[in-house]
Amino acid sequence: MKRRDFLRNSGVLIPSLLGGLSVKAFSVEDLLMQGMFLPTTETDHVLVIIQLSGGNDGLNTVIPLEYYSNYTNARSNIAIPQQSVLSLSGTQKVGLHPAMTGLQNMFNDGRVKLVHSVGYPQPNFSHFRATDIWMSGSDSNTTVNSGWAGRYLNYEYPNFPNGYPNASMRDPLAIQIGSITSLTLQGPAVSMGMSISNTNNFYNLINGVQDPAPETPAGKELKFVRMVAQQTQQYAAVIKDAASKVTQQVTYPTNNSLADQLKIVARLIGGGLQTRIYMVNYGGFDTHSAQVDSTDNTTGNHARLLKNVSDAIKAFEDDLKFMKVDDRVTGMTFSEFGRRIKSNGSIGTDHGSAAPMFIFGKNVIGGVLGDTPNIAASVSVNDNLPFQYDFRSVYATLLSNWLCVDEKDLQQIMLKNFQMLPLVSTVSCKKPINLSGETLISNYPNPFTSSTVITFKTSGGHTLVQIMDATGKVIANLVDKDYTAGNYTIVFDSGNLPTGVYYARLQNMATQQVHTMLKAR
Amino acid sequence: MTSRMDFPAPPPATGLAPYSGPWTENEVIHLLKRAMFGARRADISYFLGKTCSQAVDELLNPQAPLPAPPVKEYTTPATANPADSNIVAGSTWVGDANTDGSVNSLRVASFKKWWMGQMVNQDRSIREKMTFFWHNHFSTETGVISYAQYVYKHHAMLRANALGNFRSLVKAVTIDPGMLVFLNGQQNVAAAPDENYGRELQELFCCGKGPGSQYTEADVKAAARVLTGWRNNATNISSYFDINRHDKNSKQFSSFYNNTVIQGRTTATAGDEEIDAMISMILATDEVAMYICRRLYRWFVYYDIDSTVEANVITPLAAIFRSNNYNIVPVLSTLLKSEHFFDALSRGCQIKSPVDFVVGFCRELELSFPPLTDYVSNYGHWNYLLSWVASLQQNIGDPPDVSGWKAYYQAPQFYETWINSDTLPKRNQFSDILMNSGYTFNGKKIMVDGAGFIKTLSQPGDPNKLIDDLTRLLFRIDLSAASKAQVKQDILLSGQISDYYWTSAWNQYVSTPGDTANTTTVKNKVRDLLKYLMDLSEYQLA
Repeated sequence: MKRRDFLRNSGVLIPSLLGGLSVKAFSVEDLLMQGMFLPTTETDHVLVIIQLSGGNDGLNTVIPLEYYSNYTNARSNIAIPQQSVLSLSGTQKVGLHPAMTGLQNMFNDGRVKLVHSVGYPQPNFSHFRATDIWMSGSDSNTTVNSGWAGRYLNYEYPNFPNGYPNASMRDPLAIQIGSITSLTLQGPAVSMGMSISNTNNFYNLINGVQDPAPETPAGKELKFVRMVAQQTQQYAAVIKDAASKVTQQVTYPTNNSLADQLKIVARLIGGGLQTRIYMVNYGGFDTHSAQVDSTDNTTGNHARLLKNVSDAIKAFEDDLKFMKVDDRVTGMTFSEFGRRIKSNGSIGTDHGSAAPMFIFGKNVIGGVLGDTPNIAASVSVNDNLPFQYDFRSVYATLLSNWLCVDEKDLQQIMLKNFQMLPLVSTVSCKKPINLSGETLISNYPNPFTSSTVITFKTSGGHTLVQIMDATGKVIANLVDKDYTAGNYTIVFDSGNLPTGVYYARLQNMATQQVHTMLKAR
Repeated sequence: MTSRMDFPAPPPATGLAPYSGPWTENEVIHLLKRAMFGARRADISYFLGKTCSQAVDELLNPQAPLPAPPVKEYTTPATANPADSNIVAGSTWVGDANTDGSVNSLRVASFKKWWMGQMVNQDRSIREKMTFFWHNHFSTETGVISYAQYVYKHHAMLRANALGNFRSLVKAVTIDPGMLVFLNGQQNVAAAPDENYGRELQELFCCGKGPGSQYTEADVKAAARVLTGWRNNATNISSYFDINRHDKNSKQFSSFYNNTVIQGRTTATAGDEEIDAMISMILATDEVAMYICRRLYRWFVYYDIDSTVEANVITPLAAIFRSNNYNIVPVLSTLLKSEHFFDALSRGCQIKSPVDFVVGFCRELELSFPPLTDYVSNYGHWNYLLSWVASLQQNIGDPPDVSGWKAYYQAPQFYETWINSDTLPKRNQFSDILMNSGYTFNGKKIMVDGAGFIKTLSQPGDPNKLIDDLTRLLFRIDLSAASKAQVKQDILLSGQISDYYWTSAWNQYVSTPGDTANTTTVKNKVRDLLKYLMDLSEYQLA
């Protein structure tokens, strides 16, 4: 039975849409029908993820005009004056922080979707843990060692890195600006992304410049190793090539590290990289104190951060338009949490829960999604905003409607089913081609109900086949011995294990590959 | 002996005067990274409690007995003939003269795994590095010897003599059964001399190819005649001298050897006596000590030997070698205690060999293996490491040819031959795998416990101290303050500004390891930090 048929017959539950939608959602049937009649061509869609580290104060980013007096009452020492709030066309209920003129313009052009109160049940207030939850897409009380975008890329390019780059995918699957690729891009076994450690290094790479090394024998050897490292960075050539194709970009704001990063992203997209996901990071949102200037609540640290975010995104969008690639790009912001409704005594806010997300781009269904966060007349220090939308609904929707994942396969990636939201137009979604690279391990049937046959290929010597659960925990070593080179099969009997996603991991000396399996009822 | 004019980084000019500068962690790490495979924290603190001179003395005087030989950890195929059933699992095979081809290859593999185990579990001495030095110097290949018992015997001979006398070592190598196979000594007979060993004895093992090495083609022929008559006995696993195959005429050598004539002898001890005379003749030249000292210099210090290094280090060191009747320890002692060795310019300039990289990684990151009594699992794990050093182009036991690995003689690249577009990504892959998923064999996993490792550092809860400690331990060239700040913020702080968040997560991990979510966060951050550091070019230097 084919995966598609199986899922249809077993009636995977697509959750019904909840209230609070500003436009009517496409029906599930429509999506299925569209998916079936579209030609099999590769999507050229790109998703840009902007992480705002530290926990952005949503209530001072999107000001709840609908409950304005209660808002000022809860946070008089940091409240944005009503007359300064930037208005948004089509709504009187909310407005933007006065520093965010760029995003205001984009919203009024229909290029921004503002999603209210995004969060999840049982919110966590630790930066690290909350960040892991947002990046992995796990429940609050489970630890998952892979990232939501990493699982998507593993689904799309199942055998990465075996056989990559190749004719159908010669570019990095994902690029992150930062020292490491984050949990977001971690697949079940390997990281699916490459990182460009900082903006200087990007320009060093494309200009062939190296970091300084001492003029000593050690420095000489260091330069040598670095030179080889640069030459052998698998994707250095394609990145240089893409960068060199873009000779003109719009003017970006200066002294704005987010703008610096997005300028690189735009250049790589404009230069034709097929890379699906870019991730950038902008920090400093942990505004426990001095969030605003005590003499003028519209200025201060948070205002500067929001201005930089807004200016950077606006310049990025203008640049994409200038290069005529804005049709290909959707962006989203996220932060590990919002901040407390009630401000504290040090002109700041402490860790909170739900907060707004911005989804932006030409194909975004502009407008506001959800109800204005309701602030009570009297707010205690512990009060937090309840969430209206699970953050994983946003991810699932972008995967399905923007990155064109078969809706029926979403559960593999998201580990559960989530509500679809009206965020982006699905008209241009084309079904992606996948299955490139060399398959070393697979299973049949998949999905399975109780047992499944795993086929693996070893090049000889010690061979290990492990089964891991969705959190990355090893639950069985099915094979652990020497083999002569060839193809073999082994039966995995899942016994009483719960339904859900499992991974079969092959390790054959230095080679490893991970395959995703789904246990269903 | 050329200096590379295009590069303004000459080797140090200091000489062999004893080093009298500071004795801090920095110097101890330098000494350990060169004399052993990697600098373990326990070894660093141990030697910090000594003086520099005491530390070198201890490294040069191994206290541990020579190791027990490799054991049968393999499964013999039913078709083997002889059957190999006389050797029970877990006991050694090295004295059992089994000639079956499949048994032989399983035993060679067993030997190699065992050797990797010796290096991973090395004692606090220079013995493993010196055993490996002699393997590279008196290079042989198991694939050519193709008799596991000779392979082990050859290795045990190098090991036993690693810190002994060079004269004795050359003699032992010359009549070693493995070498007699490898360089055709067993086919060298009076009627049709085989010059292979006679040539390499001079060209590669004693005199080298330096400007002072003036032996002639006639000397090669004469040496070959001296060496005639040696044969192997596979059943006894030993060599013996057969006077009937020996060239009993006198052998005339060139002016390089002072026109020495080695008298032909006719008794059963002729083979020994003539070889002894020939080795004395070769060792009477100044060039041998110069050549061996250059080899040691390239193994322990740096490859670039310009005229200054030649004058200030090699020449006086060679004099010490000769005046100590070719005992190896005085040479190593002088070199490793010298100003030159501890010169700032001598530090960090070695590109790690694959063995240094792989074994040093396991040791420095305190990779934990099953107890040694579980030899099946251990051999499996050692085999995994073996597969890595081989794929990184240093297959121990099987160097590319009789010259050993190019890193130690091929000008102008030398160490740089280890690093290319194939091997560098593989090095990163190796460290990534052992930090991400580890390697499982026989149900036992080896994997870096990053959090456990950093727990032993001075202040792991302080992200700045943590990164400082790690770069000091792992790197010889420190990262810039800006790079450290970025690594801290990107990895340990997840983009946060305040150090407090790492400190509090770490403290929570220490006090409440059962807090799964926090423990996972901390462990992943440590893993990512270590992976990041290991993937930097700085980590390739020792």
